[in-house]
Amino acid sequence: MSTETELSTPTMETQKPTVEIQSAVIRFAGDSGDGMQLTGTQFTNTTAVFGNDISTLPDFPAEIRAPAGSLPGVSGFQINFGSQEIRTPGDRPDVLVAMNPAALKVNLADLVEGGTVIVNEDSFQASNLDKAGYESNPLDDGSLEGYRVIRIPLTTLTLNAIKDTGLDRKQGQRCKNFFALGVVYWMYDRPLDHTLNWIQSKFGRNPAVLEANTAALKHGFNYAETTEIFTTHYSIRKASLAPGKYRNLTGNQAIALGAVTAMEKSGRELFYGSYPITPASEILQELSRYKKFGVKTFQAEDEIAAIGAALGASFAGGIGLTGTSGPGVALKGEFIGLAVMTELPLVIVNIQRGGPSTGLPTKTEQSDLFQAIYGRNGECPVPVIAACSPGDCFWSVLEAFRIAMKYMTPVMLLSDGYLANGSEPWRIPSLEDLPDLSFPNATDQDTFQPYARDEKTLSRPWAIPGTPGLEHRIGGLEKQHLTGNVSYDPQNHDNMVRLRAKKVAGIAQDIPPTEIYGDPEGDALIVGWGGTRGAITSATEQLRAKGLAVSSIHIRHINPLPPDLTDIFSRFKKVFVAEINLGQLWTYLRATLLLDSISINQVRGKPFMIQEIMKKVEEQL
Amino acid sequence: MKLKGIQMTANQSSEMIDLKLDRKDFVSDQEVRWCPGCGDYSILAQMQKMVPNLGVPRENFVFISGIGCSSRFPYYMNTYGFHSIHGRAPAVATGVKLANPDLKVFVVTGDGDGLSIGGNHLIHAIRRNVDLNIILFNNRIYGLTKGQFSPTSEMGKKTKSTPYGSIDNPINPLCVAIAAEATFVARAIDIDTKHLGETLERAANHRGTSFVEVYQNCNIFNDGAFNDFTERTKRADQVLYLEDGKPMRFGKDLEKGIAIQGFSPEVVEIGENYSIEDLLIHNESLSEPTLAYLLTRLHFPEFPVPVGVFRNVEKPEYSDLCRDQIHAAQEKEGKGNLEKLLNSGDTWTVS
Repeated sequence: MSTETELSTPTMETQKPTVEIQSAVIRFAGDSGDGMQLTGTQFTNTTAVFGNDISTLPDFPAEIRAPAGSLPGVSGFQINFGSQEIRTPGDRPDVLVAMNPAALKVNLADLVEGGTVIVNEDSFQASNLDKAGYESNPLDDGSLEGYRVIRIPLTTLTLNAIKDTGLDRKQGQRCKNFFALGVVYWMYDRPLDHTLNWIQSKFGRNPAVLEANTAALKHGFNYAETTEIFTTHYSIRKASLAPGKYRNLTGNQAIALGAVTAMEKSGRELFYGSYPITPASEILQELSRYKKFGVKTFQAEDEIAAIGAALGASFAGGIGLTGTSGPGVALKGEFIGLAVMTELPLVIVNIQRGGPSTGLPTKTEQSDLFQAIYGRNGECPVPVIAACSPGDCFWSVLEAFRIAMKYMTPVMLLSDGYLANGSEPWRIPSLEDLPDLSFPNATDQDTFQPYARDEKTLSRPWAIPGTPGLEHRIGGLEKQHLTGNVSYDPQNHDNMVRLRAKKVAGIAQDIPPTEIYGDPEGDALIVGWGGTRGAITSATEQLRAKGLAVSSIHIRHINPLPPDLTDIFSRFKKVFVAEINLGQLWTYLRATLLLDSISINQVRGKPFMIQEIMKKVEEQL
Repeated sequence: MKLKGIQMTANQSSEMIDLKLDRKDFVSDQEVRWCPGCGDYSILAQMQKMVPNLGVPRENFVFISGIGCSSRFPYYMNTYGFHSIHGRAPAVATGVKLANPDLKVFVVTGDGDGLSIGGNHLIHAIRRNVDLNIILFNNRIYGLTKGQFSPTSEMGKKTKSTPYGSIDNPINPLCVAIAAEATFVARAIDIDTKHLGETLERAANHRGTSFVEVYQNCNIFNDGAFNDFTERTKRADQVLYLEDGKPMRFGKDLEKGIAIQGFSPEVVEIGENYSIEDLLIHNESLSEPTLAYLLTRLHFPEFPVPVGVFRNVEKPEYSDLCRDQIHAAQEKEGKGNLEKLLNSGDTWTVS
């Protein structure tokens, strides 16, 4: 997987040889309380600022603290980083850091053959082995043959490192994740500054903890440098990303940033109504920090009130946004219908997770596509768009608001747990690169009719309370064309149902042409949507490298679909649709465009591996 | 403030502005479709008569409702209006008010809409003290769905869905409002029009959530539900008109009153054994809602039915708090700068 070239001169102050590689995949795994998410995030940010391309996959249980040492309590964080373009968190880790036997047991099967396992030797005692279901100690019974096992007494070494700080044994043990991080920083030739600064800003007020974490990190680094266990370390050159200024961003952070941007570019107030739900809560938390921008956040009493208040804000002239996950969307369905009937702009973000019902709250899935397109009573067309990478969540929010305001309609934006928590380097746009989102309110008393329509977009006017002379009533009962009065007239209903459908269908003329990765024709086309783009693109790239005539496309606008799909499909002998559900886009394409294809799917709560897509395509070619 | 063709002069306070609005300005062009004889007509008429007194330009009124007979109300008011979905009007109204705190927002709901499907939203709007005027039309029946029992229907009530009598204990709207820490709680009767109009006006002038229960007769599915005390001839003896700072008296000649014995209220005759000094004095603005709650527990026929303002206290209002927080943040940190925000955090440059 990674190409190695021996460098003759060691870098930094280190005396050990450095091997240059193109990419590596590391997984940090431990108890929920071991700080693995923090460790992973620190490694990610250091690596991003260092200049590598990255992709991350936090993977944690729904329980906050499952019993210590147990298998369900294992929390993991995987990062893929390299000097080339990195599109996925990596199929299999090259290095596994396992803080206890349970972490080893849960994660070992994913490790590449001959991969490196770094274990906290201290935690491999009888009680922990028992909790993890090991009958004998895997460190001693030969079951780890074929891997490179690095045994470090992390707990003991950490306690030694912090003995002068005044922390007791229990507090001191908590620093062992920083010791481990120090070791991995040495292995991959990373500077400590970023994490040292972070520790300083986080624990500045608590000198003992500050000192202890600093000591643990540095001792970890020095331990790797001096001990004979480590013979070489690895360097990865900076990635050749497009020029510009970058920051690391998770999907949920990107949604919050995009929403504030939409507010600034629309000249309207942003109203975010939400109810806490995994994995969408970070959006509420992020946006509630942006008070100085005038963002209004509302943690409602339930999912229904959250969207209701957001719709009320849109009626009053703000831009209403509500974020949730699949179960929350189910509750919001009736209000989405009201937004369709009253033709008000509103963006609903669904951070999809494993379903049905409560399902797998912290795991990713793409199984709410049907819900997004169809999940309401009546003929209820809603534009649906899907973000395809953490950074793309930013641009997708802007696109969702553009459609919502231009066409006076609710818009469903699909993200997923993987995009929400995963991160990647994001090129910061300049203000001139951002779309203008100013859409005027109605003001003309003489011509105003609540349900008159723009000839081109078929949207109705946005007449907000406080505007003299435009007083009018809207609601969920069927509207008479033009006047907006309640109407039970059969022909009017037929007309209005068709008008609403036509309005949404017309958006197809207002979306960019589909980009094809690879050649415009060939033996196989892989079609995807949402968070699978990285894996599909990499699979395509690797299949092409093998000489196969494979291309791929990624559908961003799900409803309405881009008008060029039929033409693109016709140029390939076989079409595959890869998605993390049982074939929802596959069904939708057959139903709406009569386009046949082969479904590639899995629902394990995890992103696709590149290899599994490649294998499925190769089998059929 | 945008005013309809009127210049505001410096010495005019907002209450004194004459917007030259009258009842007719608030009558919409829609044909009213309630059943002839419905109590809703009276409430609509009193509302249309009252709102011009508020000194608020017509374009700043928003009437928001859920689903049910009462919830058709916004269609008949010539203001901005939103007929939303069942039970959810307080949520929509909260969003409207937060988005534009200058608006005068009314919520029109019913016993089913507000206390059954929408009970959750009602209590949360009230506990936040959003500046909404919530008018709950209580007719103790589901009218629009043609006659099923409601959460305020009495035990044993026979309706289409309870042919053997209801086994559900009814809920008291005012108790719910008080338990949710309502800052303004009142009750009125549809056919007692003058008192109804006055009560609606006081509610509208309250800053914060005002909650008014209106006993409203459904002459089709629950006719005469309140007749025992609302009929003109019976009112004096059976209704207790609450007046702030005054002893609680009722009866044709105000010969009866409410006194308290331990923790229990009792009806007493003023004369030999009791004087006016022995009666409970109404006080709307006590910080603790104990008295207001006690009054909600006066059940007919053992007691007269109290109407008027039960509770009226000042507390910080939600949209003000929301706006203040934004202003405070902007004062402390300066107004948000998008370019700075996008470029915040750890950044690096690729050339």
